[in-house]
Amino acid sequence: MADLLMASERNNCCDGFSRSEAMRRALGAAPGAVPREWDPRMPVPAGAGMDRRRFLLSAAGGLLSVYGAERLGLTNAMLGDGIARAASAAANPVLVSIFLQGGIDALSVLAPVDDPVYRRLRPTLAVPDTAGTPFGEDPRLRWHPAAAGFAGLHNAGKVTTFPGIGYTSPDMSHFTSRHYWEVGATDNRLTTGWLGRYLDVAGDPSNPLQGLSLDGQMNPTLATARNPVAAIDRPENFSLWLDGVWGDVFSWTLDSAAALGDAQSRAGDPAVAQVAQAASEVGYVRRALAPFRDKNGNAAYTSPVTYPTAGSSDLPQRLAGLAAMIAAGLPLRCVALTTDTPFDTHSAQATAFTSGLQLAADSIAAFQADLEARGIADRVLVHVWSEFGRRAQENGSAGTDHGAAGVSLLIGTRVTGTMVGEWPGLAQLDANGNLIENVDFRGVYCSLLEQWFGQDAGAVIPGSGGFTRYRLVQ
Amino acid sequence: MAALPASPIPVFRGRFTERHATRLLWRAGFGPRPGEARKLAALGLERAVASLTRPSGPAHLHGAPPHDENGAPLDPLNVWGHDHCWWLDRMVRSDQQLIERMTLIWHSWFATSLEASTAALMLRQNQMMRARALGNFHDLLLEVTRDPAMLLWLSNNENTKWSPNENYAREVMELFTLGADRGAYTQQDVHEQARALTGWTNEWTDSAGPTNFRFDPELHDDGVKTIFGHRGNFDWRDTCRLCVGHPLHPSFMVTKLWNYFVAVPPPRRELKALSHTYVHSGFQIRPLMEAILRHPLFHDGPRMVIPPAVYCAGLLRALGRTIETDAWSWIGEQAGQRLFVPPNVAGWDYAHWLDTSRWAGRFTAVTYALQGHVLNPDKDAYSATESATAAVQAAVRYWGNPPLSSTTVGSLEGFSRRAQSGIVADWEQTAYRILRQNALRGLIPTTPEWQTC
Repeated sequence: MADLLMASERNNCCDGFSRSEAMRRALGAAPGAVPREWDPRMPVPAGAGMDRRRFLLSAAGGLLSVYGAERLGLTNAMLGDGIARAASAAANPVLVSIFLQGGIDALSVLAPVDDPVYRRLRPTLAVPDTAGTPFGEDPRLRWHPAAAGFAGLHNAGKVTTFPGIGYTSPDMSHFTSRHYWEVGATDNRLTTGWLGRYLDVAGDPSNPLQGLSLDGQMNPTLATARNPVAAIDRPENFSLWLDGVWGDVFSWTLDSAAALGDAQSRAGDPAVAQVAQAASEVGYVRRALAPFRDKNGNAAYTSPVTYPTAGSSDLPQRLAGLAAMIAAGLPLRCVALTTDTPFDTHSAQATAFTSGLQLAADSIAAFQADLEARGIADRVLVHVWSEFGRRAQENGSAGTDHGAAGVSLLIGTRVTGTMVGEWPGLAQLDANGNLIENVDFRGVYCSLLEQWFGQDAGAVIPGSGGFTRYRLVQ
Repeated sequence: MAALPASPIPVFRGRFTERHATRLLWRAGFGPRPGEARKLAALGLERAVASLTRPSGPAHLHGAPPHDENGAPLDPLNVWGHDHCWWLDRMVRSDQQLIERMTLIWHSWFATSLEASTAALMLRQNQMMRARALGNFHDLLLEVTRDPAMLLWLSNNENTKWSPNENYAREVMELFTLGADRGAYTQQDVHEQARALTGWTNEWTDSAGPTNFRFDPELHDDGVKTIFGHRGNFDWRDTCRLCVGHPLHPSFMVTKLWNYFVAVPPPRRELKALSHTYVHSGFQIRPLMEAILRHPLFHDGPRMVIPPAVYCAGLLRALGRTIETDAWSWIGEQAGQRLFVPPNVAGWDYAHWLDTSRWAGRFTAVTYALQGHVLNPDKDAYSATESATAAVQAAVRYWGNPPLSSTTVGSLEGFSRRAQSGIVADWEQTAYRILRQNALRGLIPTTPEWQTC
């Protein structure tokens, strides 16, 4: 059902977005081979074609898909040992990369509400001049009312904004621009993510939890060339039910399904054995998850704060689970997740944009409060980004088309809280009518690597010497 | 019904029982409706096979038309997932089961995805494959080569004399007609085939998307090409002709087709005899199918995992139900077979249908197949004394008596006893037996016997 709802929400997205989404999903669903029909003009997502092996780690409370384990010749037991060893070491700083997919409209997140040019360019979409919270660092701007979660954190000094982030010669293809941000370079051929390369340089050869995707399949930002990383499957894939069966009888039913598999998993007939083994593994997963899920498949951990309820989206649950995992001492370093609400608002922007932004802002604010309540906030930074901003002038469908410079946020108790770069303004737009960038995302990546991870960016970001560094962490 | 011509390969000579008919209905269709296997068995093998391979006239769809959970008709061209449900409905309701099954095979053989085109173009391709499902492979290949969805999917719409694109040229040989690593062709042949295939193009409009697919001689390279050692001013028709005329095509064709229906590869003699039949029939598909569906290895060889789309359609057929929710599209996706979205150009991997996530998808299919038809412990009358064994028997009857191994029956009886042991209070005598019956009905299609045929 979630997929259907997502699909209907996508109706206002452009074909290119839907297509790139679907192709990426297909890669995640059938890893191991990059389809040859991949449009050669489009970059292949980082990590496509990496081997993938499901790996169960009861300590993680989830079913893990480990990428790169085959390449390293690691057994499940070795991975378990690696994780245990890493978990017992000193706590690492954690970077959480949250991708607002589709290209979020920066001019609505931080809106120049009194600017007459803005009101002329956005006759139907301009944010009302009294709505939302004033943005303290630039009196021309106000936070969108749906971004109240971000505004509150910003007032508390826990958000660094990048209101004109991008790169020179911007590419307006979702597929290409997203790839650039994922790999940390404007290079179609790179097949590892920027955080993946960091983990290859500084990570552990036997701890897949160091790079954890919460998308149910590998997030390209985390794609490594050597060290293992992992994806936690969405829990709903394992929440099974039958009408007219409940309580103990339903638990016994699932036990029985597994037992039916156990009984024939070594059957002489290969087809029978294939089905039986799958049934048997589902039983194993279910038993391993038992300490972390109640019998209805709901989370068995408790969160110290209340997360928003969000209809079909599981973004709040994914973040709540992440906070619990970090608090439980799991050895995470880089975490990546993608919002399931797309911001590719080519038509009827107001509704989809507002609900999507509200969900993201409220969920991330709850996550930050959760980390603080658990006393682990100083170890975690959240990086919120999108592949581009949108065209300054709205289109004829009460929407906006693909733009260039956009907005990023860095959130946490240890950020400087000082705006990096400046709002580009509408007086001068690029040749396509888009905002012009004044901060390069690769400079932000270099600064994060150096200041948050203590890692020389030269080993991770191509051409790192050419990018300005910004003070991001205090 | 016409008698079948003599098979060029051995024919199953054992007694054609309901069990054999059940396998035939699962492999050459989408599983039996209630009582159907018994009726088919009564026909005997020859007439049973002919009933599948020689349907007459247009297909009829039996039963209630499909709709979404609100009762609205499907809108396959415009609503995400309704394309999947539209075809699944044909699988459930068509009285020409092998035609639908062959269409599914051609969809995987010539795997084309919605992601490169539109639902309208995918359904157009689907109709084309259905019309040619048991016809002539050479004609099918010609149609596929100029099919708009395929032109988009393998970029042959961008293959021009100025910038040749080898995508289709390679796959037409590697995946469709000859096979990789058999010495059938060289990179030079790929290059020359790409030149022969130049000339297809189309336009885009904002309203219709890709449109006006056509062969434009201006874009075609009309120079001399050398393909498989033949020289000529070849075009796309020659590509198809040269591929099916290649000496290594018949063995590829027969082996690939056979492997969709039989769990072990064709023996050498069968391969040779079927290749001969195929070539001498002028590349006809039906004679191959009539031989394969009668072969002893089809009827008493190892079992095959039922593909997810067949599994979902088969659940509904067994229950006499039709499509009443568009949830079937995401269920299909989770189970590993979203129709019109094969995983890649090589189609679905028929050898590996299951992992934990896909098994969970199949369980969800059972959940939805039974939804709305379960016994209600608050309302329905039910025995307060039914034994554990009788409960299993009742559930097996509910599903039309599928053949289950004694291991599986024993395991189900173990569950049945456990459920009964939970009964403490008097009121639970009936209520727990209803829950147990619902549970057993849910478990039976998850058994290895049901999921294989």
